[in-house]
Amino acid sequence: MSKLHVQLTVNGREIEALAEPRMLLIHFLREQLNLTGPHIGCDTSHCGACTVDLDGKSVKSCTMFVAQADGAEIRTIEGMAQPDGTLHVLQEMFREYHGLQCGFCTPGMITRAYRLLQENPNPSDEEIRFGISGNLCRCTGYQNIVVAIRAAADQLNAAKEAAE
Amino acid sequence: MISGSFEYHRPKSLDEAVGLLDQHGDDARVVAGGHSLIPMMKLRMAMLDHLIDLQAIDGLKGVREEGGNLLIGAMTTQSELIADPTLAAKCPIMAETALQIADPQVRYCGTIGGNVANGDPGNDMPALMQALDATYIAQGPNGTREIAARVFYEAVFFTALQDNEIITAVRIPTPPDGHGHAYEKQKRKIGDYATAAAAVLLTMSGGRCATAAIALTNVGDTPLYAEDAAAALIGTAVDAAAIDRAVALAEGIASPAADARGPVDFRTKLAGVMVRRAIARALERAA
Amino acid sequence: MNEATPSAEVRTQKLQGLGTARKRVEDVRFTQGKGNYVDDMKLPGMLFGEFVRSPYAHARVKSIDTSAALAVPGVKAVLTAEDLKPLNLHWMPTLAGDVQAVLADEKVLFQFQEVAFVVAEDRYIASDAAQLVEVEYEELPVLVDPFKAMDPDAVILREDIKDQEEVGGHGPRRHPNHVFTWDVGDKANVEAAFDAADVTVEEFISYQRVHPCPLETCGCVASMDAINGKLTVWGTFQAPHAVRTVASLISNIPEHKIRIVSPDIGGGFGNKVGVYPGYVCSIVASIVLGVPVKWIESRMENLSSTAFARDYHMTGELAATKDGRITGLRCHVIANQGAFDACADPTQYPAGFFNIVTGSYDIPVAYLSVDGVYTNKAPGGVAYRCSFRVTEASYLIERMIDVLARKLEIDPAELRIRNFIKKEQFPYQSALGWEYDSGDYHTAMDKALQTVDYPALRAEQAANREAFANGETRSLMGVGVAFFTEIVGAGPIKNCDILGLGMFDSCEIRIHPTGSAIARLGTISQGQGHATTFAQILATEIGLPADNITVEEGDTDTAPYGLGTYGSRSTPVAGAATAMAGRKIRAKAQMIAAYLLEVHDDDLEWDVDRFVVKGAPERAKTMAEIAFAAYNSVPPGMEPGLEAVSYYDPPNMTYPYGAYVCVADIDVDTGVTDIRRFYALDDCGTRINPMIIDGQVHGGLTEALGIALGQEIDYDEIGNIKGGSLLDYFLPTAVETPVWETDFTEVPSPHHPIGAKGVGESPNVGGVSAISNAVNDAFAHFGLTHTQMPHDHWRVWKTAERLGLTG
Repeated sequence: MSKLHVQLTVNGREIEALAEPRMLLIHFLREQLNLTGPHIGCDTSHCGACTVDLDGKSVKSCTMFVAQADGAEIRTIEGMAQPDGTLHVLQEMFREYHGLQCGFCTPGMITRAYRLLQENPNPSDEEIRFGISGNLCRCTGYQNIVVAIRAAADQLNAAKEAAE
Repeated sequence: MISGSFEYHRPKSLDEAVGLLDQHGDDARVVAGGHSLIPMMKLRMAMLDHLIDLQAIDGLKGVREEGGNLLIGAMTTQSELIADPTLAAKCPIMAETALQIADPQVRYCGTIGGNVANGDPGNDMPALMQALDATYIAQGPNGTREIAARVFYEAVFFTALQDNEIITAVRIPTPPDGHGHAYEKQKRKIGDYATAAAAVLLTMSGGRCATAAIALTNVGDTPLYAEDAAAALIGTAVDAAAIDRAVALAEGIASPAADARGPVDFRTKLAGVMVRRAIARALERAA
Repeated sequence: MNEATPSAEVRTQKLQGLGTARKRVEDVRFTQGKGNYVDDMKLPGMLFGEFVRSPYAHARVKSIDTSAALAVPGVKAVLTAEDLKPLNLHWMPTLAGDVQAVLADEKVLFQFQEVAFVVAEDRYIASDAAQLVEVEYEELPVLVDPFKAMDPDAVILREDIKDQEEVGGHGPRRHPNHVFTWDVGDKANVEAAFDAADVTVEEFISYQRVHPCPLETCGCVASMDAINGKLTVWGTFQAPHAVRTVASLISNIPEHKIRIVSPDIGGGFGNKVGVYPGYVCSIVASIVLGVPVKWIESRMENLSSTAFARDYHMTGELAATKDGRITGLRCHVIANQGAFDACADPTQYPAGFFNIVTGSYDIPVAYLSVDGVYTNKAPGGVAYRCSFRVTEASYLIERMIDVLARKLEIDPAELRIRNFIKKEQFPYQSALGWEYDSGDYHTAMDKALQTVDYPALRAEQAANREAFANGETRSLMGVGVAFFTEIVGAGPIKNCDILGLGMFDSCEIRIHPTGSAIARLGTISQGQGHATTFAQILATEIGLPADNITVEEGDTDTAPYGLGTYGSRSTPVAGAATAMAGRKIRAKAQMIAAYLLEVHDDDLEWDVDRFVVKGAPERAKTMAEIAFAAYNSVPPGMEPGLEAVSYYDPPNMTYPYGAYVCVADIDVDTGVTDIRRFYALDDCGTRINPMIIDGQVHGGLTEALGIALGQEIDYDEIGNIKGGSLLDYFLPTAVETPVWETDFTEVPSPHHPIGAKGVGESPNVGGVSAISNAVNDAFAHFGLTHTQMPHDHWRVWKTAERLGLTG
C-alpha cells in the first residue's frame, strides 16, 4: 500500500511526513517524531498510557491511525512545558505530591489531567477520579495523583484570580 | 497488535462515502470514532482493504429538535451528547447512559452512530434507542431509508444495515415532559461492557403508569426490547407486585452468554436487578 | 565554622537524609516524558522481532513452513527451534533449575507458547510476516487441572524430562508431571498436637493464578558488536547481573563480553525477574544478523506467556485449645507450576518462603508439604509484589485464623492477639525454621484497633445484621482484620542463592574532590525511587547533601554485582550495603580529618556533616573539606582518594509486619463489594522517606484490591487462556480504588545497619488477606467459613445465593 502524505501540528510544530495509513498515531509520534513520552501499555485502549491531546480532546493514540489524525493539532507531554522550559503546574505538582513512581503512566496521566482541568477547572476529588478513569496506574493507587491534580487546579485558579 | 494494510479514504460528502462503500463492498468499512473497529483491525479479526473515514463529512454532527423529535447526527460523540443542552433538557437519559460508556478518552471519539450501528450487544446505546423507540436513518446508493431500533438488531454483529449503507442520524421521539428515566448498568470496572444493564422510561398519570419502555443491554445476542415487562407496569401504580412482574418478564427474555463477567444465572438475575433499580429511579424522577 | 556554623538541625535539614520526605530526583525527567524505557531506544540498523505463537495448549509441532514469511520484503530471518539447536539455545535453564523451551521443540505445552521468531525491518513488517508462518500441529490431550496432574492415566506433558529423577535438586519425582515435593516441619509432633486438640479446623483455600501486569510489558534490545565481540542487552530486567551470568552460561560468551543494562523500567512487580524466550531470541538474532534487534511484548503476550503468579491450592488445618491457643498447624499445597517450572525462588526453596505460613503467631508445631505439578499453562511462578510465596502463606494463615475464630466464637482480632508472638520472645524461632528478628505485634494491633474504633465497627455490624434479617437492607457489612509478617531481604548466602549466586547485594561509592559523590548499586529501581532514597541513606552516613549524590543502577559494566530488585530486598540488602560502604568512607574520612586537625582519630566525633574535635567544636572539618583533602593531603602512607565498596551478606532476613483493617459493604443482589474504609498500619522499621513509603503502601494496596476483587488468569478445559487483555484482567481504575489510610509503628530491625526492613510488598501481603477476610466476614453469621477469591461480582453473588440470600 502506498504511503500517505500527512500534515499535522505537534506541540506547535508543523509536521509533514509520509506514513503508512495503518501506522498507529502512537507509533508515528514515538518512532517518526521521536516523541517517546506517550507510551504503549495495553494495545487495546484500556490503559491510557498513550494519551495525547488532539484538537482539544484527550485521545488514546494507540487506537487511532495516523491517517485519521491528518490535519489535527496534537499536544504530547513534551509540549506541556513553556517554550522557555518552565514546567506546567501539573508537572510540578505530580513531583511535589509524589503522583508518580515508575513514570510509565505519567505522560498520559498528566496529558489527560491537563484536558480535564481545561474543561473543569475546579473538580472535586470524585470528578478527578472519574476524569482520569481512562488512565491506569499500577504504582500509586491514584491517591497522590488525585492530590496532585487537585493542587494543580488550586494553583491555576489562584493564578487566574491574581491575574483578574 | 498491528493492523493489516489498507487504503485510507476521507470522503467530503455522504454520496462520496456511500459510493466508496458500494464500490468496494466487503473490502471496505467506514470508521467514525474507531474504538470498536480499530481494536478488531489490530487483532486482525477485521481485515479490510479500504477504510472510509467519515470525519470530514459536514452535517453528521449535532443535536436539534424538530417536530416533536430529537435528531442526532451519527457522528455526534458521546462527550458531545453528555454536554448537549437540548438533550439535557429534553432527554437526560442520553447523558446518563453516555457517561457509563467506556472512559473519558473513548467518549471523546466514540459516536452515537458507531455505537448503534456495529451490532455489538455490549454497546449501551442500542438498548436505550429501543427504549426510546428511536429510528435510524441510513443512506445507501439508492437513497435513504429508515429502520426502527427495535427491529434493527439481528444477531451478534448482524444488523438490518446493508454493507453499502451508512447511518447518518438517529431520530428519537422527544420524551414527554415529566417522564421518568434511568439507565442502570453494572460493570466490573470503568471501561468494561455491562454485566447487565437496563434502560427504563416511563410516564405517570394520576398515580398510574401511562407509558413505559424497558430494554436490556448485553444479556443476549442483541439488545433486548422488553415489551412485556414494560406492559406489566402500564396501568399500575408501579407497586411492588407490578415491579416484580416486570422484573420476572425481563429476566424471562434475558439469555446472556457465560463469560468472565459471570455465569448465565447470575447475569440473568442481574438483568432483573438492573430493571428493578431502573424502574425505582425512573419512578422517583417521574412527575 | 565557629559562629558561622549553622545549627545541627539546619545542617541535618540540608542533607535531606534519613526520615525526610525528599522529593524524588527521578520525577524531573518522568514528568516531562523524558524517561528512557526500553521501547524508547532506537539504534542504527535496528530490527524488530515478533513471535509466532501456538494457538493450542498441547500439541505436537509437525512442521513449520517459513518460506512465505521469508519472502516478505524487509524480513531478515525467521528463527525456529531447528535454528537454535546448533547453538544449543533451543532450551534454556529457568531460575528454578528446570529448563524451558526457547522456541517450541517438537511440541507446545501452553497456549501462546513461542514457536518461531520473525525478524524484520520494523514491527509492521514483522507482524505481517508472522501471520504467514505456517505451522502444522497435531493436538494432544490437555491437562489444566493440577489435581489431576498426577493421576495414573494423566497425559505426560514434559517428554523432554520424562526419565529425569528430579527437577532443581528437590528430591525424587513420583510421576512424570510431578515437579517436586517440599516437606518442612515435624509431622509426628503435629499429628500428636491435632490428636490432643480441643478444636481443629480445616479449610481448602485457593489463591488463583494472577499476573503482575506492570504497565510496561517486557522487552529488550540486543546488540552484538561483531568487531569487539561484545554483546549488549538493554531490557526490562529486575536482576541485570543475574541475567548477565545466565546469558554467559547459556551462550558461552565470556561474562566480561556481555553488558546488561536496565534502563528505566515501567514497573516490575516480579514480572521482570525471569529470563524469557524473547530475550534469548533477540540475542541470537543479533548475533546472526549483526545488527541490534528489538523485541517488545504486546499486553496479550505479556499476560499469556511471561510470569504468572500464585496458582496455589492450599489445605490448611489448625489445632487449638478451647480458649483459643493455637497448638499446631498443618498445611498441604498443590502448586500449579505450568508447563515449565520457572519460579524465581532461591534454590533451597522450591515453594519460596511459604514456610512463613505460621505468620505472626506463636504456633509450637507445624508441618507443611508442597507438591509442584506441571500443567498446560504458562510457565512462571514469580513473586508478584511479595517476597517468594509469602502472600500465599500469609493469606492461608490469615484466613485460617478467621476460620478458627468462627469455630471458637472468639472475635478474630482477639484470637490474633491471644496468639501473637510476644515482644519479649524476639528473636523468635518459628516452628518451620525462621528466626524472626524483631517485632511488637501487640502495640501495632492495639493502635490499629483503636484508630478504627474496632468495637464501634462490630456494633455497627451487629446492627446491620439485624437490619438485614428484618429486610431493611440488602447490604451486608464485613470487617476484615489481617495481621501479617513478611519475610523479605533475601538473603543470607547461607540459605539464599539463585542458580548458585548468593543473594548478597552491593554498593560502591566514590566521593569527588568537591564534595559530591556517585553511588552504584547491584539493584534496579522500577519505580521505587532508589535514586532518591539510597542518596538519603548515604547523606546521613557521610554528611553530604543527598542532592550532591548520584545513584546509578542497572548497568552491569559499571555497577557492582548484585542480585537485583524484587522480594523487597533492595532496602534490606542493598540499603545495608550502602550504609556499610558509607561507614567505610566515614572511617577513612575520620583519619584524614584527624591528620588535618593534628589530633588523634579518637579525639574526633561525628557531627552531622563533619568531624569535630571533642570538647573544641570550633575545630572541625566538613566532609566536603575532607573530600578535597583526600585528593591532595592524606596522611603519610594512606592511599589518596575516597572510595568504598561493600558487598553485604545480611545476617538474617528482615520481618516487616502490619495490622490492616478493611470495612466492606456487600450488595447481595449484585455481588458488588464496596471498600468503605481501609486502614493500613505498617512497621517497616526505620523509615527512610515517609512520602515514598506512603506511596508504596497506596500502590501495594491497590494491587491487593485488584487481586482480591477480580484478577484471575483463567483457562478453559482445553487450555485456552480466558480474557488475556486489560478488558478482562482487573486493574482497578481511580474510580474502583478507595482512599487508603496509612499509619505506622517503628521497630527497627536489630541486625540491619540502619534498622530498615523494606515495605514495597507488605501492602500486597496484608491487603489481600484483609479484603478477603472482610468479604468472608460479611457472610460469617450465615455459617460461611471460606469463599474463594477473586471476590468478583458473580462469585460473591454465588456465595450469597448458596447461603439462600438472593431473591
